[in-house]
Amino acid sequence: MKTVSIAGLVLISWVFLSLIAPWLPLHPERMALPAILEGPHSHAWLGNDDLGRPVLDRLLVGARTSCWVAGGVVSLSLLFGTLLGSSAAYLGGYWDRVLVMLLDIFMAFPGILLAIALAGLLGPGIGNLVIALSLVGWVGFARLARAQVLSMKQREHVLAAQALGTRRRRIIQRHLLPLIAAPLVVEATFAVAAVVVAESGLSFLGLGVQPPEASWGSMIRDGVRYLLVAPHLVLAPGIALFLVVLSVNLLGDRLRDRLDVRGGRS
Amino acid sequence: MPAYLLARLFSAVWVTFGVVSLVFFMIHWVPGDPVDVMLGESGAAADREALRHALGLDQSLWLQWGQFLRGVPVGDLGQSLYFQEGVSTLLAQRFGATAELAAAAFVIALVIAVPTGIIAAARRGSAWDTGAMGFSLLGVSIPNFWLGPLLVLVFSLGLGWFPVSGRGAPLSLVLPAITLGTALAAVLSRMIRSSLLEVMSEDFIRTARAKGLSPYQVWVRHGLRNAWLPVLTVLGMQLGALLGGAVITETVFNWPGVGSLLVESIQRRDYPVVQGGVLMISLCYVVINLATDLLYARIDPRIRLGQL
Repeated sequence: MKTVSIAGLVLISWVFLSLIAPWLPLHPERMALPAILEGPHSHAWLGNDDLGRPVLDRLLVGARTSCWVAGGVVSLSLLFGTLLGSSAAYLGGYWDRVLVMLLDIFMAFPGILLAIALAGLLGPGIGNLVIALSLVGWVGFARLARAQVLSMKQREHVLAAQALGTRRRRIIQRHLLPLIAAPLVVEATFAVAAVVVAESGLSFLGLGVQPPEASWGSMIRDGVRYLLVAPHLVLAPGIALFLVVLSVNLLGDRLRDRLDVRGGRS
Repeated sequence: MPAYLLARLFSAVWVTFGVVSLVFFMIHWVPGDPVDVMLGESGAAADREALRHALGLDQSLWLQWGQFLRGVPVGDLGQSLYFQEGVSTLLAQRFGATAELAAAAFVIALVIAVPTGIIAAARRGSAWDTGAMGFSLLGVSIPNFWLGPLLVLVFSLGLGWFPVSGRGAPLSLVLPAITLGTALAAVLSRMIRSSLLEVMSEDFIRTARAKGLSPYQVWVRHGLRNAWLPVLTVLGMQLGALLGGAVITETVFNWPGVGSLLVESIQRRDYPVVQGGVLMISLCYVVINLATDLLYARIDPRIRLGQL
């Protein structure tokens, strides 16, 4: 119980800080030349980076980046994946076969590899990053929604709705989606963790957000060069990233147990 | 040949075709002109046309697609824009390093995960179990591009046991392999645990106990052998994550494999190499998945006979 509360606290602070970041007196680009690579001190609680910029301010800007990207990508993937997966499963026949073929092809790529290639080809920037990660992310949701609808569409209440002449769209929205929501919510929770790691990973490779914007991933990349003299440059964003991902995963585990997805974990 | 194997082989061929096509169109639809990369944006119009013709870019997209499809089976993936060398030659030079890294990471993951998962299941609810699952959660949550620098900080810069980066003496393999293998170890140990727990509640285990078999026989001959099957199916997919993770891990450690070539080529906008690299890694993944499925069918007769 206690660990979950801590995880919740971490996540609430993450989202809250990202929301209020624009109104905080942050100076992520202010260079203090005498303070280059300096460790934590009273002016900059987490020290300064190789250009003398305050690490704490950049960390908060990076929190906003990861939070926005995660929110955007997970919403888009959830929306399109669920829509495509549940419609194909409900309609069956030709549409379902086309979707399955498409899913098979997309799943033949290691996810992060496809994201790296897409982000690299589309060019840097936060918008392209969201597009690249969503193009990878919808697959999992579509697969899950399809499997769930397939297992539900012969239920009596769905047949009853069909017999009453309810429109297909309404059956999917009212009679199927609420039933398959629990596993999708669990999947979405884990997707948040995956997207936060992927965003930082792409930014680490230089394919994500571009300077002067900050991302935890690009902070780690820039810090690696000074690992020996200023380890705080790698430790600070890494710990932030690790805490957020760990908390999301913890919460996802708890949610899965609570919602009893996949027949209860042994 | 049984229907299952035929269906599986057919689907692998179809997926391969789909992957090759998707990669082709992905590269050709996104903005960015290889001619700009080679001549710079200021090249003379006549030169640009000549180069475009030489590269075959003045042909229709469908024609180029057909050529690409014909080239892939014979290993013709085009020419690098940067190296003036065949893409397949470049990939072949780098493939060994990636295979070595992935294999080492896989072995490390197995060595950690198998005992951990078994102990956690056998001592369910104990401190061992809590510890093992805690480790698993940490392992899943730590990104490899952070774990890598941390290991370097402690074991290379601090203790001086291993080289910081690059590929040379056998010792240089240790840190990259641990970095890459940790996530797989974490996932695998959790899967082994839950699969084993599920199997141990089956009727045949009760029967095995009732007829007086030793705990070793119950756990290993009846439990583990059955618990392996679901783990094996997911393992194929997890190896895909391993191959994807290799791209980042190779970049962290300057490991001269296909992954770091891919990232360098993206930065150089060397599209044919990006195309070839993505294709090579994905096709490895398709083959691995096919192999696990065939292996699965071989081990478990129920699959072969279409009873599952």
